[in-house]
This record gives sequence, structure tokens and C-alpha cells, in this order.
Amino acid sequence: MSVAGIIFSNVHDANIPELTRNRTLASVPFGCRYRLIDFALSNMVNSGISNISVITHYNYQSLMDHIGAGKDWDLARRSGGIKILPPFITSFANSVNDLYNTRLEALKSVNYSISKITDDYVVLSDCDVICNIDLNDMIKNHIDNKADITMAVKKVYLDKLAAKRNVLIDSDDNGRVTDVKVYPTSFEGYSDINLNIMVMSREYLQEIVLDAIAHDHTSFNKDVLLRNLNRSNFRVYRYDGYFACISSPEDYYKSNMDLIKDKDIRKQLFGEKNRPVLTKVRNSAPTYYSPESKIKNSMIADGCQIYGEVENCILFRGVKIGKGSVVKNSILFQDTFTGENVQLNCVIADKNVVVRDNKVLSGDETLPFYLAKGKMI
Amino acid sequence: MYKKKECVAMLLAGGQGSRLYTLTEKTAKPAVPFGGKYRIIDFPMSNCINSGIDTVGVLTQYQPLVLNEYIGNGQPWDLDRLNGGVMVLPPYQGKKGADWYKGTANAIYQNLGFINRYDPDYVIILSGDHIYKMDYNAMLQSHKATGADCTIAVLEVPLSEASRFGIMVTDETGKITEFQEKPKHPTSTKASMGIYIFNRKVLEEYLIADENTPGSANDFGKNIIPNMLNDGKMMYAYPFVGYWKDVGTIDSLWEANMDLLGENPNFNIHDKNWRIFSRNYAEPPHFVGDDAVVVNSMITEGCEIDGVVENSVLANGVKVEKGAIVKDAVIMSGAVIKSGAKVIYSIIDSNTVISSGAVVGEDKATAKGIAIVGSDLTLAENLVIEAGAMVNNDYGDGVSVNEN
Repeated sequence: MSVAGIIFSNVHDANIPELTRNRTLASVPFGCRYRLIDFALSNMVNSGISNISVITHYNYQSLMDHIGAGKDWDLARRSGGIKILPPFITSFANSVNDLYNTRLEALKSVNYSISKITDDYVVLSDCDVICNIDLNDMIKNHIDNKADITMAVKKVYLDKLAAKRNVLIDSDDNGRVTDVKVYPTSFEGYSDINLNIMVMSREYLQEIVLDAIAHDHTSFNKDVLLRNLNRSNFRVYRYDGYFACISSPEDYYKSNMDLIKDKDIRKQLFGEKNRPVLTKVRNSAPTYYSPESKIKNSMIADGCQIYGEVENCILFRGVKIGKGSVVKNSILFQDTFTGENVQLNCVIADKNVVVRDNKVLSGDETLPFYLAKGKMI
Repeated sequence: MYKKKECVAMLLAGGQGSRLYTLTEKTAKPAVPFGGKYRIIDFPMSNCINSGIDTVGVLTQYQPLVLNEYIGNGQPWDLDRLNGGVMVLPPYQGKKGADWYKGTANAIYQNLGFINRYDPDYVIILSGDHIYKMDYNAMLQSHKATGADCTIAVLEVPLSEASRFGIMVTDETGKITEFQEKPKHPTSTKASMGIYIFNRKVLEEYLIADENTPGSANDFGKNIIPNMLNDGKMMYAYPFVGYWKDVGTIDSLWEANMDLLGENPNFNIHDKNWRIFSRNYAEPPHFVGDDAVVVNSMITEGCEIDGVVENSVLANGVKVEKGAIVKDAVIMSGAVIKSGAKVIYSIIDSNTVISSGAVVGEDKATAKGIAIVGSDLTLAENLVIEAGAMVNNDYGDGVSVNEN
């Protein structure tokens, strides 16, 4: 049995417009040294999947830069490996070059590649699935149940606002899907949410894509799931480890902070034996803490130099905190430089931001202060 | 088909490093961990790739398993190449018989076949025992400019220490006029760093001649260099300025680690224009907890710090529990310092567990030496290891070997 993987790199870009201005959601930095796609990729690689396609839409330079030839995920392979599928645009006159918008349209646009898949099964995953899931178990479950599609779900409490951003899945005692609620506006309470990780056979995938093309279908939820709910065997696969997806800027801030809030979350994400989260290696030197540095409850990547005070922070590679500076509750991306006596609170600094001496900046946990890439203050 | 290379590097990595005691019981000296996330061999390997040398033969002999595994296909150093790249060269059985590498010169002699495949004009000989950053290409340019047969990199050392080194006496142009191997009364302060660039043809000629000389030690410092000098070959010293450290002893290994610390460290590895590459195992970023105190230390990925860490270098995956104290210490990968344990002025090797209440070493000011604890051991609770002690599998009571 062999399995192929497909990752959607742009589906939720609009959820965090600041961070996806110059990049895909897939290449949004997360957790000190990762990009969001690292979790989806690592889940696949750790489950033995070595033929992975990443469907892109726009802004995918940073993603290509991150993935490179795929070596860091052991995906630089003679056969299979990782493939980036950019939009297919022809320059012939009279041809229609519509960019896709939905998941199903994205699949339709790469129909040719999908038709060439020879693996038995396919795992489809969004790029913002921050979790460490054993896909092999899910695939086994899929086969045992003779399912058409198996969807990973997790039971969570949703308030009205959160429910509006999720796809809710109802299922019976046997795990068969009975209803799919797409972004319901008035739901509140416990429900299974779709984690946007799916397993299906290669034939089934090829069939639904051809069917969608023939009928000009556009929505995976409505046209594939709901339309076929009664005649098909759609199953849920329950996952109860840590899971986060990025449906808003607050979500992004909160799920980063989750990493320093709870030892168990770190363990569930990074502590799984034989399932490391892989990422691009930058060969930074270890982080240096000076004699006057103070550090509390923070997660820090290599290559940093800490001369000031850091509390409840996520620091990416190569961050420098100057003398007398106090940084709290902040997320500082790669190579952020703060001068002396700077004060930052609830700040998200994108790559290469420079904060000069004596500046004071503060956001709020509900609305972090965002500094765009390369800004100098 | 092999394409011609201008310069091929041969890296001598067979050293046993017996003065590192238990640290080299299971690994060759070049594979000894250093500076948190590196091994000693990362420095010459990174120097090679940063100097534009992409063909490196690594000569291994003693305990090569860890070293071979570490080098692998050379990918971390960008040395996995279609043409060239890194090649591990162990001793082998030939048509005329099998020999261990009898000396540094013999090791290169046995691998002349490897060198000649690339038809290089120059061969640079390096050793895997030193911590330094050096542009070999600048040295090569100097070698070409002087028209030398051999160029030897030299470092200025204090006259009082000169008798520990091979000393080069030069004229004002840098031409070597005399070579003194560990002289009692040195007349120069230019110490050989064990880095040589040879014109390939000359090297080949002298290696073959040396091999046919009965009783030769087959050593560069003892035989090849003096022989060439006696024959009046053009030999030049290339002055190196910068940090260079032989980490052949426990004290110098500890010192070299400490040289990485400080605002203006003696040895700066944060230099983005001269990165030191190493094999990484994708560990999560390190975490520093609420009760931790971290002062003047280096910490790398996979570490979890809840205790006190002062003037220390921690390698990947080290755990320092709440209430534990680590001071003036070098802790290698995966070691665990349990709550209430103290590790002071010590080197703790990989995956060793220091149980609660155990004390290793004593304050640097009063200690008679650095305490060393070998790899994959567990020290019992409240065990006391005195300063300068060496703990390995045979230590006895209170020390058990970890099961895998």
C-alpha cells in the first residue's frame, strides 16, 4: 500500500491578511523555527508518505524558498518527493485563465497531476494544521471501515464566533458522518470540527474531481460531502491531541502562546517519539544569554543574542534583544533587532524588523501590535 | 568521469584523542561534541566549503562509526556533490596487503589514488583536531603568489610556549629557512598549525620516497617537511591571525567552549558570513521556564531549562530541572540534570543522567581539576563526584549504565 499527499497552501490566507501579504499561509512563521506547512509535511513524512504535492495559488515565493528541494523533510527523491503545483496558466488567445478560489476548484485545476497519481491512497491536508497526528492509524481506520472519505475531527467547545469559522461534523455511533454544517451562524456548544485532513482512495479522488469538472461544482463541502452524504460512506477519525488552525490574527497569536503556556502542548506537538517536526535548517549558532539577561517562560530558537529581559515570548532565529530592553508577551520573527532600553509588549514583529533605542510599543492580547516585514522604528 | 579540481582537501580525522579520556572511548576525537551543536570536525569542514573547496577526503581510522554516521553524504556542509564532495577514506585491503594508516604521511600516501582522480594542482592537508575559522582560499592564493612547493600555516605563539609546537624559522619574505620540531630553545615564535598546501606533484614524489624509506615514521612533521626543506624546496610560512585552539585535552576542550561566551567572545560563531555548519536533528526550539536563571551561557535547540545555568555551554536536548544548578560546565546532548543536582566545573557527556541531589565537581576557584562524566550513565541520587574525577562505566558504586 502506498500513499500520496496533497497540501493546500493558500486556503485560509485571508484569515491573517497582515502575515500573508508577502507569503502563503503555508509559509507563515510559527513557533520559533517553523513555518505552518512544516506540521502538515512532517505528519505526512513521519507516516511514510514520500510523494507530496503542494497546491499553490499566489505569493508562493517564500514557500518555494522554504521548501527548496525538500531535503530537510527527506523529500528530495529520485521518484516522488515534493512537488509544488503552481496555477496552470496558458498564454494562448481565447483561453480562460481563472484562478481558483475554493478547495475543489484547486483540485480541479491540478486534475492532470491527480490523474497521474499511482499510489493507492491520498491524504489531503490544509497547511494550517498545527498538530502531530499519526496518519497511518487514520489510513488503517479508513481501510478497515471501507470508507469513501475519512475526515479527521476533534471535539471542541465553540462559541458563536468560533462556530462561524468552522465546519462542524455530525456523526453516528459508528463514526459515519450524518451532517456537515458549513460555517453555522448560530451554533454554540460542543461539536466535532473538521480538521481539514482527509483520506480517500486515489480512484475516489480522481472520480470526484472529474465529476466536479463535468458538473462545474465548486464547493467541496456542499458539492462533494453534502450532495453524497446518504449514498456514500463518509467517516470521522477522532484525534484528541493538540490541534490549532489559524482562522484569525487572534488565533495566530494564541496558538503561538499555547506553546509556552502548557508543557503538555509542547509534548503533544514536539515530544512524540519517532514523529519529529521537521523544518528547514539554517545552521544558526546556539543562543547566547549575557550576564545581565533575564529570561522567563519563553521559547527561543537558535542564533539569538539576549542582553535584556524576555518574558512570555516566542523568539525566532537570530533575534537580538539589546541591553536594558524588556520584551513581554511578544512574537519576534527571524532577525528582529531591538536596540537598548526598548520596551515591547504584545507585539508581533515580522522578519528583519529593527526597533531603535528607547522605543516603547504595546499592543493587547486581543489585538497584538503588528510590525510589517523590514520595518524600522 | 572526474572533473579536474584546482585543490583537494585531505582531512586527517583518525586521531584517537587519548588525552580526552572517556570522551573518546566510543568516538574519534574529531567527532567529539563542541559548542552546543557542533562536533570538532565541523570547523575544518565548514572552513573548506566557505573557502570554496568542495572535494574533501576524510581519513578515518580510530572508532569511525560515529564519525562516519555524522559525515554521512556530506549534506549538512553542502558537500553532497555530483562531482567531488566529501568522501570518507578508511584504511583498506590492497593487492599488496592491508595496512592501518601508519602515520599522517602514510595515510595520504595510501589515498593518492583518490587525490589523482581529480587531477588537482594543489592538495591541502588539514587536521580534525582544531577549533578555528580560516579562509583556506586566501592561503592558496598566497601559495600561488609565492610560487612555493609547500606553504605551511603558522600562528604566532608566546616564546615560552613555543617548545610545545613545530616551529618555523623564516626570512623576511616568509620563506622557511629552518624547521624545529618541539625545540628546547626555540628561535622563532611561528608555530605550525598542521595545515599544509602542497603542489600535488611534489607531494606525490615525497610521499613515495618516504614510503620507500625503511624506518620512517611516515609523518608530515617528522619526515616530509624536514626532507623537503633539506632538499631546498621552496617552502613558505602563511601567517594566520585569529582564534585557533587545539582541543586535545580536557582543559583545552573546556576552555574552548568557554571562549564562545561573553559579549565579545574570544571566538565568535555568530558570524553570518562564515557559518559553521553541522548535522541537525530537527529538535524543537529550547524552552526556558518560570523559575529558570540563565546567565552568560549558550543554549541550543531541544533544551528545557527550569534550573540555574551559569557560565555554561549546553548542547541539544539537555534538561535542567527546577532547583538544579549548572555552573562553569559543558553539558553534551541529551543529558539530564535532575532537581537539586549540582554540576560545577565539569564536562558531562551525552545522555547521562545526574540524579537528584547528586553533586559533580566543585567550585572552579578551589577545584583541582575538571570533573568528567562519560556518556550514557546514570549517577545515583546524592552521589558526590569530586573535582577532577573521571567517571566512566567502570566507576563502580553509584554509577550505572543506561539501557537503550
